[in-house]
Amino acid sequence: MLKIIKNKLEQGCKTSAYPKQPIALYERFRGRPEINRSCAGELVRQCAEACPQDAIDAVSGRIDLGRCTFCGLCEFLSKGEFVRFSQDFSLGAARREDLITDGTYADLAAHAKQHFKKLFGRSLQLRQVSAAGCNSCEADTNVLNTPFFDLSRFGIDFVASPRHADGIHVTGPISRNMKAALLTTYEAVPSPKVVIASGCCSISGGPFHGSDEIIGDLNSLLPVDLYIPGCPPHPLTTLDALLKFFK
Amino acid sequence: MDNLLQIGNGEAVKRSAIPCVDIETFGAVLSGFVRNNGYIVQFFAYKQDGRNTLLAVVRNEKLYVTSCEVGATFPSLTGMVNEKFHLFEREIAEQYGIKPTAHPWLKMVRYHKNYQGSEDVFGNDYNEEIPGRYDYFRVEGEAIHEVAVGPVHAGIIEPGHFRFQCAGEEVLHLEIQLGYQHRGVEKLLPSVPQKRMPIICEAIAGDTAIGHNLCCCQALEALAGLAVDPGAKLVRTIALELERIANHLGDLGALSGDVAFNPPAAYFGRMRGDFLNLLQVLCGNRFGKGLVRPGGVAFVMGEEQRRLLSAKLDEITPEIEHVCDLLFSAHTVQARFEHTGTVSRQMAEDLGLVGYAGRACGIGYDARVVFPTECYAELPANTNAMTNGDVYSRATVRREEIMHSLSLIRLLLKKPDTTEEAVMMTENTLAGDSFVVTINEGWRGEVSHCVITKSDGSILRYKIKDPSFHNWTGLAMSLRNQEISDFPLCNKSYNLSYCGFDL
Repeated sequence: MLKIIKNKLEQGCKTSAYPKQPIALYERFRGRPEINRSCAGELVRQCAEACPQDAIDAVSGRIDLGRCTFCGLCEFLSKGEFVRFSQDFSLGAARREDLITDGTYADLAAHAKQHFKKLFGRSLQLRQVSAAGCNSCEADTNVLNTPFFDLSRFGIDFVASPRHADGIHVTGPISRNMKAALLTTYEAVPSPKVVIASGCCSISGGPFHGSDEIIGDLNSLLPVDLYIPGCPPHPLTTLDALLKFFK
Repeated sequence: MDNLLQIGNGEAVKRSAIPCVDIETFGAVLSGFVRNNGYIVQFFAYKQDGRNTLLAVVRNEKLYVTSCEVGATFPSLTGMVNEKFHLFEREIAEQYGIKPTAHPWLKMVRYHKNYQGSEDVFGNDYNEEIPGRYDYFRVEGEAIHEVAVGPVHAGIIEPGHFRFQCAGEEVLHLEIQLGYQHRGVEKLLPSVPQKRMPIICEAIAGDTAIGHNLCCCQALEALAGLAVDPGAKLVRTIALELERIANHLGDLGALSGDVAFNPPAAYFGRMRGDFLNLLQVLCGNRFGKGLVRPGGVAFVMGEEQRRLLSAKLDEITPEIEHVCDLLFSAHTVQARFEHTGTVSRQMAEDLGLVGYAGRACGIGYDARVVFPTECYAELPANTNAMTNGDVYSRATVRREEIMHSLSLIRLLLKKPDTTEEAVMMTENTLAGDSFVVTINEGWRGEVSHCVITKSDGSILRYKIKDPSFHNWTGLAMSLRNQEISDFPLCNKSYNLSYCGFDL
């Protein structure tokens, strides 16, 4: 008992004051990209060619954040001339096309479905389905339940049964072998229900795009309401997207 | 040793130098080696000049390779020689349609069509959704009941199927069927441009992003003849240790949660995040994705990063010590951890358990010591005080490894080496007709990649082995005669990778 009290005193209260107070992430964190639209075409072409995810369109200079793993190679290669990754972790989008960006971003809160805010704004229960996720998306979603983020204080919880859920939160490129289980879980959630695609794998197949063992794009199976890009999305990216979309 | 070529970890050799013997000799060589305290690192099939070839990498205190040509079948070594072969042989059957005859339990591994488009060994029709037509092992009897769990589990975790045969609370047998996470990684890798390879390898198992990608990059470096400067090696070693600490801390927290001791569960969970944030300090990603690239690291560790790492270690080390003491000295925790999920040393040796699962049973093997890469040759080894093979031993080994890794990072931070320049992923010309195997001690244990190139330097076969491939059977054996309510605790004490196994 004494040890518990001693540890409690040493640990203190670590819960973040976010969103009341902003959180600054370390400068190396790569969040929302700032794109230089007047960058020389040749440099854009070089970046597009080097991009391991083929996420950059060489002609328009747009970056598809649904494919990007935020590895930072384009920033390094262009020495920040074409793109600079800011520390802004706000990346969620309500429409797939909003993820293909020229450096301007749609306002997620404004595009969120209003009836979801009404239905789930005060209480949201989600069933997480890992459909061939590599466990980094899963781990950084799970971390929202730790004391620092303390997701429950927003009335949002991950639940065990799809019957108790208001929607599903899907990670991974959806392997052929998980397709049936994913669809069954979706069917088990009572309507109206939300579908969240988390991580570039569930949005575009991510690093595994092109493999014939995956579906790759959740939207081709189920109607996606909220996209959370990243590899994996930072816990704050997920939290920010959930708050903007549902609150 | 006859018919075995001794090789170095991460050292490319010509394919022609690898002994290619007939199937009888191959079986005899492997049986002799394994019976004499030898372990299998890799054992897989590939197609060479239109002929099926089996290749095995084995280890005692040294590393060896041998190979043979086979037709459509080969005599199984699992039943005749040792259990260590069982999953490897099933994998060969599934991937290349080559049947190990007289295999005692030939069943699918990941449920997918074989690479050759030949007849399926298991008679599966892959247009059917998993689990297809598979009959689980069943215990019959009036008092017997069966519990099926998964693929979708109750928490935020990866999918897999567990089938328990129980008499009341007691588990007589647990069968673990994975494959739900199969993404076709080994088939995908040889078909993609090199620029995609580190990105894919970082996602083989996201919690082992550094471990797997290090294996990939070391293999490419060996084949392309790239040198890595001491500063980059320093960063890579620190990153691998940060990954180890973060995962061990997370698992100790999960173990606390599973025995309903909430304070350490909360504290460990939070402290795990601190170590992920240190990886973010190094490279901008909490899992170290984007850090390791062929030829070095993509982010230089400067004075500022060194300072941030040192300061955090100074701050958090006493906290970790205190929370560990809180967990391990609680009688209620000891009562639940001790004698739960025990695997004997003999069993662990027969199965070839690796990493902390093996060390908790008294198998001292640590790839950092036996086959050191990066900075490990100059770093002190760890020792384990408790090796009873139960949950308590596995938890204690984790605790010891956390403290050991913290001291390693402190030692490394004292070294002055810095990387001159960050490297960028470029296409490298790889040596043709070559073979390389890389081994690193990831946080779960021995991670290994093999690359075989064609004459033009393109990749013929890419083979990956996550330590979970050895250890899932260990978890199944832990549950024998255990109460089913102890499953979460046993499971967390191993915390194996689904996607690392499923590939």
